[in-house]
Parts: sequence; C-alpha cells; structure tokens
Amino acid sequence: MIKRISKRDVLKGAGALGLSAFAARVAAAPAAEAMTPALIEAAKKEGKLAFYTAMDLQFAERLGKAFEAKFPGIVVRVERSGAERVFSRIGQEYASNIHAVDVVNTADQAHCIIWKSNDWLSPYIPEEVAKYYDKRYYDPEGLSVTTRILISPIAYNTNLVKAEDAPKSFKDLLDPKWKDKLVKAHPAYSGTIMNSTFEVARDLGWDYFVKLATQNVMQVQSATDTPKRIALGERAVMVDGAGYLVIRNKEAGQPVEIVYPEEGTPLATGPSAVFKAAPNPNAARLFQSWMHSREAQQMIVDDARQYSPHSQTVEKPGVRKLADIKLMTEDPQGVFTQADAVKKRYLEIFKV
Amino acid sequence: MTVAIPATQTPAQRKFGIDWSKPVLLAFALVLFALIVMPLTWLVYYAFTDKNGVFTVGNFSRLVSDADFLDPLLTTFMLATLSALICCAVAAPMGWLVARTDMPLRRTVRLLVTASFVTPPFLGAIAWELLAAPNSGLLNQLYREITGAPPDAHLLNIYSFAGLVFVISCYTFPYVFVLVANALDRTPGDLEDASAILGGSTWDTARRITIPLALPAVLAGALVAFLQAMTLFGSPAILAMPAGFHTMTTKIWSLFQFPPKPELAAAASLPLLILTVILLRAEHMALGRRGYSVVGGKNSEPRIVRLGVWRWVMLAVAMIVLMCPVFLPYFALFNAAFSKVASHLISLSNFTLQNVHFVFYELSATQLALRNTFVLGTLAATAGTILALVIAYVNARQAVTGYRMLGFLATAPVAIPGIVLGVGLFFTYTRPPFVLYGTIWILLIAFVTLAMPAAYQQLQSAFRSVHPELEDASRILGATRLRALWQITAPLLRTSVIATWCFIFVGVIRELSAAIMLFTSETKVLSVLIYDLNESGDLAAISVLGLLMLVLTFTIVALANSLRGRNTRRNVAVG
Repeated sequence: MIKRISKRDVLKGAGALGLSAFAARVAAAPAAEAMTPALIEAAKKEGKLAFYTAMDLQFAERLGKAFEAKFPGIVVRVERSGAERVFSRIGQEYASNIHAVDVVNTADQAHCIIWKSNDWLSPYIPEEVAKYYDKRYYDPEGLSVTTRILISPIAYNTNLVKAEDAPKSFKDLLDPKWKDKLVKAHPAYSGTIMNSTFEVARDLGWDYFVKLATQNVMQVQSATDTPKRIALGERAVMVDGAGYLVIRNKEAGQPVEIVYPEEGTPLATGPSAVFKAAPNPNAARLFQSWMHSREAQQMIVDDARQYSPHSQTVEKPGVRKLADIKLMTEDPQGVFTQADAVKKRYLEIFKV
Repeated sequence: MTVAIPATQTPAQRKFGIDWSKPVLLAFALVLFALIVMPLTWLVYYAFTDKNGVFTVGNFSRLVSDADFLDPLLTTFMLATLSALICCAVAAPMGWLVARTDMPLRRTVRLLVTASFVTPPFLGAIAWELLAAPNSGLLNQLYREITGAPPDAHLLNIYSFAGLVFVISCYTFPYVFVLVANALDRTPGDLEDASAILGGSTWDTARRITIPLALPAVLAGALVAFLQAMTLFGSPAILAMPAGFHTMTTKIWSLFQFPPKPELAAAASLPLLILTVILLRAEHMALGRRGYSVVGGKNSEPRIVRLGVWRWVMLAVAMIVLMCPVFLPYFALFNAAFSKVASHLISLSNFTLQNVHFVFYELSATQLALRNTFVLGTLAATAGTILALVIAYVNARQAVTGYRMLGFLATAPVAIPGIVLGVGLFFTYTRPPFVLYGTIWILLIAFVTLAMPAAYQQLQSAFRSVHPELEDASRILGATRLRALWQITAPLLRTSVIATWCFIFVGVIRELSAAIMLFTSETKVLSVLIYDLNESGDLAAISVLGLLMLVLTFTIVALANSLRGRNTRRNVAVG
C-alpha cells in the first residue's frame, strides 16, 4: 500500500505544521467584500493581473477576455498548464522570491492546503460567495473558494465504438479488446487526474492500474488532452480526462460520447485563491470576486460546461445533473498526504 | 570606408593615452569564466551532496541501482546509437552526392538540408505526430484509404521507440551531412584522378580512395549525431511519454517537478556531460587524422563523378529523404493551422482562420512570448557576436598572454548539453549573490553560452583571412588596439559578423532544452509556449505558432544571405 510520505516533509518551513499549530492559526473569517467602485478604481490603476490556471486554455482566455470587457483597462494574462505544473511553477517561483502570480485556479484542493500552510494566501471572501455558496465550497478563513466542479468520466469515439460495445465501467477497460485503444492523462501534470488516480486506486486498488498498464495505454499529460485525442480518433476510449471537454466537443458536432463508470465517477473540485504577495492585489481581488459572481459562474456552466458551486446559476440542458451521477468521494487531505506516493507508484506501473 | 585619424593627435599624446585593451580583455576572460565555470561547479556540488550539504555519493548509487534511472539511461544509449547509425547511412551518401557528383539541383538539396537544420526538433516531432500518429496521422489515413485496411490498421506508429529514433534522425542528419560534404568539398581530386588514370573503375576509386578519405568525417559525424541524439530534449519530450518511456533528458526535467530533487538531477546530468567531453575528444582525433591524409595534395578541383541516367534517380532518392524533415512536416503544420480538425485534410469546407485568430487575438501569452523571443534573440546575438569577436581577435593576433585559455573557454560549452547547462544555471542563479532566475538575463546567459563555440569558430576562421598589416598600420599611426580593431578589422569582417549574428538569433528561436529549465511565467519564449500548448494537445495553436517560428527563422536566414551577397559584390567591386 501507499507509504504515507507527506508532501509537507519537503516543504521549506512547513515542518512546524502540526494539528495544534494549525488550530492556533485559524483566524476569524473575514467579512465578505463587494466589488466596490473603490476596488474597481484601484484595480484599474494596477491595470493588469496574472491568472495562473489549469482550466482549458480556450475557456481560460475567454474568461479573461470577458473580464477585460467588463473592466476595461485591466489586462488579464493567462498562464495555463496542468494543475500539478501550475503548482510546481508557483513553488519554484516563490522559492526564488519571484511573486508573479495574482490569482490561481487549480484543479487540486490539496494545493490550497499546502499554500495555506505556507501562509502564501490572502483571506478574501467575495460578497456573492458568502451569499450563494454552500460552506463546503470555501475555506472558513476565506483563503480559497471553489470555482468549478470537475468530473473525470470515461468517454469514447462513436465512429470507432458502437454504443452497445462501449465500456460501462472501469473494470470493462481491462477487456483485451481495448488493448492499444485507450488514452490516459497523467497525475504528475493534471490535478484532475491526480485526484481521479487517487480515488480509483483507493476504491478499486492499485492492482487495477497494474492490469490497465498491460493494455498498452497511450499516455498524455493534461486531462484536457484526452478528450481531444478521442475526438481526433487517435484512440477509441479515454480512461480519464476532463468530462466538460467531451461535452463541448460533442455539442460542437464531434463524434464523442461520455460514460459515467459504474464504480463511480472521479470528482475534483477546482479552487481559486488570491496570493498575499500578489503584485496586483486589487486587480486580483476584483478578478476573484468577479470570477465567482453569477455572471462568470454562468459562463462556467454555459461555455465551459463544468458544474458551478454558485446556487443561482441555471443549468443548461445537455449534461447529466451532478446529483444524478454516482460520484467517487473527493479527499483533499488524502491527496495532500499521498500525492508523492501516487506519482511514484504511477511511474512504477506506467513507466512514465 | 576611410579611417580618419584626427590630425591633431601627436605621438606624444599617444604615449599618455591608455591602451584599454588589457583590462577589457581581462574582463572578457572573467565573464567567460563565470559563464562556464560557475554553473558546472554548482552542478558538481549538488551531485555530490545531500539535502543538508553533506558530501555523499548516494545520488550516484541511486542512479545506477534504481530502475527509474537505469531504464532511461539504457534507452538513451540505444536511441543515440541507432540515430547516429541512421544519420550516417543517410547523410554520408547524400553528402557525397552533392559534393562529388553531377546530380542536378545540388544547391537546392544543400539548401533544404539547411532548412531541416534550422527546424526546431520539437516542432518536427509535433508535425510527425500529425503525420504518423497510428490512427489520426495523415499518412496512416492515406495508407488505409489506399489499401482499404480496417480502421485500426496502421503503417507507422510515431509513439514508439522506433518513431522517436526516426524523428531524431530527421533533425540530426544535417550535422553528418555538413561534415561529410565539407570534407569532400575540400579534399583535392588528385588521388582519385591518379586512381582513374591507372585504370581503376569508378567503384574501385570510390572504395579505395574516396571512402577512406571521407571516413574520418563520417566517424566524426557519427559522434556528433550520437551526442545530439543523446542530449536532445525537444523530440523525446513530445514523443517519449505517449510511447511510455523516459530518456535521460526528460527524466532530468521531471526531477524538477514538485517536490524537486535537484541533487538527483545534478547527478543524472553529470554522465551526459562526461560522455560528451569524451566523445568530443574522439571526434577531434577522428578529424585530426583526416588532416594528414589530404596534406600535400595540390588544390585541384574535386573530381566529379558522372552518374548518367542515375543522376535523376539519385535526385529522386535525395528528395524522398528530404520529405521526412522538411516537406511532409511543413505540410502537416500548414494543414493543422488552417483546418478545422487537425487530422482532416484541408478543403474548402474545412478551411478556417479561427486558429490564427485564436493565437494572435485570444491567446494572451503570444505577445509576451514573441517579445521575449525577439528581445532575447537580439541581445544574445549581439552580446554573443561581440564576445566571440573579441576572443577570436585575441586568439588570431595572440594579443595577450593566456589567449589560448580564452579560446579554450569559448569552445568549452560545446561539451555542455543544453539541459545540463540549464540545470547548472538554475543552481547558480537562484541563489545569492546572483539571483537572476525570473529575469531574461538568465536566459540570455544560457543562449550566449550555448552559441559561443560555433560563433567563436566562425569568427576565428574569418580573422585568419584578414592580414594583420592593415591593423598594424593603424596602430603605427597612433590608434589604440581597440580603435584599430573597431575601425579597420571590424568592417572587413562584416560578412562573417552578420552571419554569426543571424546564426545565434536563429539558435535562440529554436532553443528549448535550457529554456525549459530557466523560464518563469514572465520570461516565457516561443519554444516554451509551444511546449506548454503541447501538454494540453492544442495542436492547431501549436501549428500556427510553429509556422510563425519558421517564417521568422527563414526571414533571418534570407536576410543574412542577401546582406552577405551584397557585401561580397561590393568587396569584389572595390578589389
């Protein structure tokens, strides 16, 4: 089984983080803040912000452009890569005292646990978050807010696989008929896949991946890549990846179909946070506030085709409701303690 | 160009004027020393210490005992060996064809080899994904179309060890080609003439004279190809993961993912460094031998072999070879850039400008990356050319004691693979007193260091062709050494200087292996942006950026050529 190697073991200055220290540091929740004219004015003075995110590139840029249209004079620079690479990048930059990131949106809650313990995040609760978000969707101290809810289902190319032959469960993928036909994303690059790998290994056992590896699985990096590979017809079935892109591709007329595996669909929620040392603190707060407003959250539903934690968003037909999907349980604390072990085990099994 | 020595300057003034050349040259030596020695020192330090800075060889014992490292080491070795063999098998005959036969379009073939030389290997790898991915690849689709094979059947699989060897060979063979073609260009034809006169058949002459004469160049080419394949990051980074294995370079890079293991990365870098040094020594010896074999021959024209009808066959073969690094990949990139689905052939209904629009108007990283690439290209080319110029001068004129050391330092980076230098620079400049990580300066240092050996060699040979008497005249008339250099020698070397400048600029555009270690979000360059886009499989955006990169590259190459052409004509007119 997984050795309990803690991520924080290797984190500079985080050694003192015991539960007691943790409890002692819990601050009172900050008051919720609105997008006041003063904030907008201050943000415009800064004129720019750097948004590090694991969202798919097209939507991340669209979100940035929508913000720029809403608040002319503030330029959003999107820095996109897989959540685990975003996390590495910020760690490497901060280790060298480079404070370039203003707002981050990752796909791995464990990252926020670490940033929080490093004391890198700034407490900030946007008004709409306090009003319309369930408490489980934001940190009590206001250090992070869940921006989007992601699932990592199975999916297939309908030109290559008939509906009746399609896999229905993770177990089905072990059938020899899928040899050479599977594509899978990587937990060392993608936060969604880090969580899904953790959940599948926990629920089905690592043995499942050992068997899966004998199927000659094509390995790509990002969870946003696997849906593109099946849409291109490069592989027939994706083992994991961004469900929302499958839906978007399908709605764009491409021959893809989603499968919610019988064992449960892996779940990852994607939190955002404002950094304490943000070079553009006001623009960062304004963006964080706007990104969690009804307007932007409706874009998450309508354009990104992800699930929103905002209770006022309206569902757009064409996707299964989150409540109707059998989900695996997300466990940020578990990912936090075992991420390194997951990567190591994964490397042993899949050789990359 | 006239040299105006102010008439007011008298020998007396000259006596009190300070000749700044010594301190300036010393400064250059120090800069070079810092550029090269510092990163390597830190690399060795990290390789031999543990996390607490205590001496250990544990990093190395882990390297040779852990399958996670042994497998990539073995894979890399096989990869490099096979690539080197393939490069020689293809490039040596081609070099002979353009240098020693009457094959038509020889100049064009040389030009196309240059094109494959400047094509970034990672871009080539992505283009070959578009061509030869087993199911969506264009060539495999064509194969199924023609043969009526079932949907799963494929002719080529680029996501494999063989696929990676192929792609690496595509962009490594120019090294062998250039060495062989140049060697044959310079080898006089006397011996071959003698053989022919004495009744040797064409084949006999080739077997007993030409091949032995070219062999050292081929051997040297094989070693260079081996080195290139061993230390390349771009192509394996694109293809090795889907194929399910690591090479040493991708492994070193992955060691910087969270949690970073710098000591292991340093330990893994050292074998690459040591092997490179050894192989370069071997190459030097191979080329050294060739020198003897042609000494004493009169400079007669190389003997041209008449191929008869075969010359068209040979041209066809050469063109087929050149389809792999140039025609097919460029077409695939063009197709993906302007087609709605990257794997569908471009057609009226399929044509779109959406990808171009996305890259230039929506992708917020484009502008920054373009600007960084331009700024870095210009700075690196300028700084690198000046540095190389001064060192080449000092060496050619033996201007200061210790000039040999300067020359050695300038050539030394040739033995430092890009990714190894990247790791070393990362160690050096993320800590006081020189915290340059996060600025473009660290990238500038990397690019200048990597370009130095070639730039230096180019300018050194240029200096040899300028006789020192003009300079001496200037100095006798009272100019300091620097002034003589600036006003007399520099203008005469303009052609070479421009060529060197362009060469470095083009090198910066295609560099990935050091940049990938040293960039931060604000210092991203085009090559890194393309690598990031590859992670999420945004092939269309990559293709647009890739084409932009190629256009940039070829513009600069063409500019260099036209300037050189004009300059030569004028010189001829003056002469």
